Amino acid sequence: MIQINELHKSYRMGSNELHVLKGINLDIKEGEFVSIMGSSGSGKSTLLNIIGMLDVAERGEYILDNVPIENLSEKKAAIYRNKFLGFIFQSFNLINYKNAAENVALPLYYQGISRKIRKEKSLYYLEKVGLADWAHHLPSELSGGQKQRVAIARALASEPKVLLADEPTGALDTKTSYEVMDFLQGINDEGKTILVVTHEPDIADMTKRIVQLKDGVIEKDTFVEQVRASEHV
Amino acid sequence: MRFIFTRDTWQEIFGTIRKNKLRTAITIIGVFWGILLFVGLQGAAKGMENGFDYTFKDLATNSIFLWGQQTGIPYAGYNRNRTIRLELNDTYRIANQVEGVQFVVPRNAKGIFDGAAPLVVNKLKSGNYKVFGDYPIIDNVSKKKLRKGRFLNHKDISSNRKICVIGERIEKELFEKDDNPIGQYIKISNIYFQIVGVYKENNTDFFEGDDSIFIPFTTFKKVFNTGNRIGWMVIAGYPDEDIVAIEEKTKELLKRRYSVHPNDERAFGAANFGEMFGKITGFVKGLKFTALIVGIATILAGVIAIGNILLITVKERTKEIGIRRALGAKPGEIRGQIILESVFLTLVAGILGMTVGGLSLSVLNNFAKSWDDFPFMNPTVSLQYIGFAIAIMVILGTLIGLIPAQRAVSIRPIEALREE
Repeated sequence: MIQINELHKSYRMGSNELHVLKGINLDIKEGEFVSIMGSSGSGKSTLLNIIGMLDVAERGEYILDNVPIENLSEKKAAIYRNKFLGFIFQSFNLINYKNAAENVALPLYYQGISRKIRKEKSLYYLEKVGLADWAHHLPSELSGGQKQRVAIARALASEPKVLLADEPTGALDTKTSYEVMDFLQGINDEGKTILVVTHEPDIADMTKRIVQLKDGVIEKDTFVEQVRASEHV
Repeated sequence: MRFIFTRDTWQEIFGTIRKNKLRTAITIIGVFWGILLFVGLQGAAKGMENGFDYTFKDLATNSIFLWGQQTGIPYAGYNRNRTIRLELNDTYRIANQVEGVQFVVPRNAKGIFDGAAPLVVNKLKSGNYKVFGDYPIIDNVSKKKLRKGRFLNHKDISSNRKICVIGERIEKELFEKDDNPIGQYIKISNIYFQIVGVYKENNTDFFEGDDSIFIPFTTFKKVFNTGNRIGWMVIAGYPDEDIVAIEEKTKELLKRRYSVHPNDERAFGAANFGEMFGKITGFVKGLKFTALIVGIATILAGVIAIGNILLITVKERTKEIGIRRALGAKPGEIRGQIILESVFLTLVAGILGMTVGGLSLSVLNNFAKSWDDFPFMNPTVSLQYIGFAIAIMVILGTLIGLIPAQRAVSIRPIEALREE
């Protein structure tokens, strides 16, 4: 599903050049549940942003679902993001003046899907994350865990190939974190490819493969025995 | 362009606007005020124009009053200070020989420029009043408003009738309240005249006021023994003729006829109403033009204010825009939405401003009805100007919206999302 070869990225900080990714090679198959771990500054978020087409690599190859991602115009990137990827952020990133259902429907709006179907789908995915009753509430009326569940529903609504989660549990307490992970595991069980960036080992243990990043290179890449989140809830 | 007409686009825009009511209200005020001023000033200028038109509607505006004075330069054997008295024949000459002249009216009067006002007697009451010897055509110079009876006619002239038209003040002063003066006789300089009409003062007369007596020109000639001499004449040009040129040509003709030095500026006096009226018209035009410029400038300022606020808004909404872009909004969609917001806000503000402007004009009009002396009537703004203002607003709204829109899409989604 995702193939990355010799990926490099550096940032220019004034006169200094900060080499963040120093040749990453990664191959993720369909249906995998991968966590990318590393201390801050290891380049894990940069890698996720490049995979998410929110940022561009300097050098190297990135193939997503057999489509080489290169020379992206902003418009093309937008179309690919919309078609291939669903995002889950640490700070939820819901639009605060839109209610839960409207937030979930937003990626569908940019797909050009008709109102009626948008409404149906957004309700369907809200129900999937157990928030059907909260469809008409604004994000400010929801708890952190509920917000993240709305974000997950939004990420799922566009039926992406890959879910990208950047510290999805970073802003949540342990109990809610496990609930969110439980949802992600359920989605993965249905066959969705999921990529999670985290620095919490217990969260990483709930995925199926842990990629350890250190100073811009992959230090360790291991398949692990998945810990079911439901055992901890 | 199709996205302008889809319901979803508008739902997005209304959603954004509705959720930011205060911001929207502040944004709107600038353009609202601009359009209000634009409509108000245009309407007021138009009201002035209408007011002047109304004031001068009974007046031959393209006209000159002309009279003889004393020469200032010795010429052709004559000394200076020779008094020139215009004659009746001059009026025919001018009417026939000067190009652009519509008609020429000779006038004579007692009690205004020369001679004492004659004594007028009705039974036991009497008074001194101005007396004018006129042709009926004087009505075309300054319309007489008859309260009772009729004005002079051609039959009066040709048969030298001893009839008169008196002002309403004379009626009040010489007659009892319920006494109808029509058909009665009054004595003017010891000669009996039958009253055929009573006129009301109009707002554009020059000398008559409400206390004058009009008698036929021919009768005046006999009664006051003026012969062929006339007091002055009114020369009316056709509406589009250059009245200043007519004045020049008339004076040239008269100078030749009376052997006056070509450079003598003193021999003939003239009051050029056409010129004065032209200045008033010019003033109103200037007023309208100023109103237009001020109005457009104010709209411009308002639209710039919208752009300014949208720019701040875009910065405020950086994160939201980042989220939208992460979810797959194309740059064109973001740009389009912000421009549409700009145009929409501009238009709403504009239409609101027009409505309030129109209402205030109608209130102003009601007030103006009670100001008799102030030339102000029916302040209106033509649809043309409204259309023009709307076009300006749409164009400027789009242009000014481009700046924040460009800024919004120039933010990379990753940077937008990082912003907390």
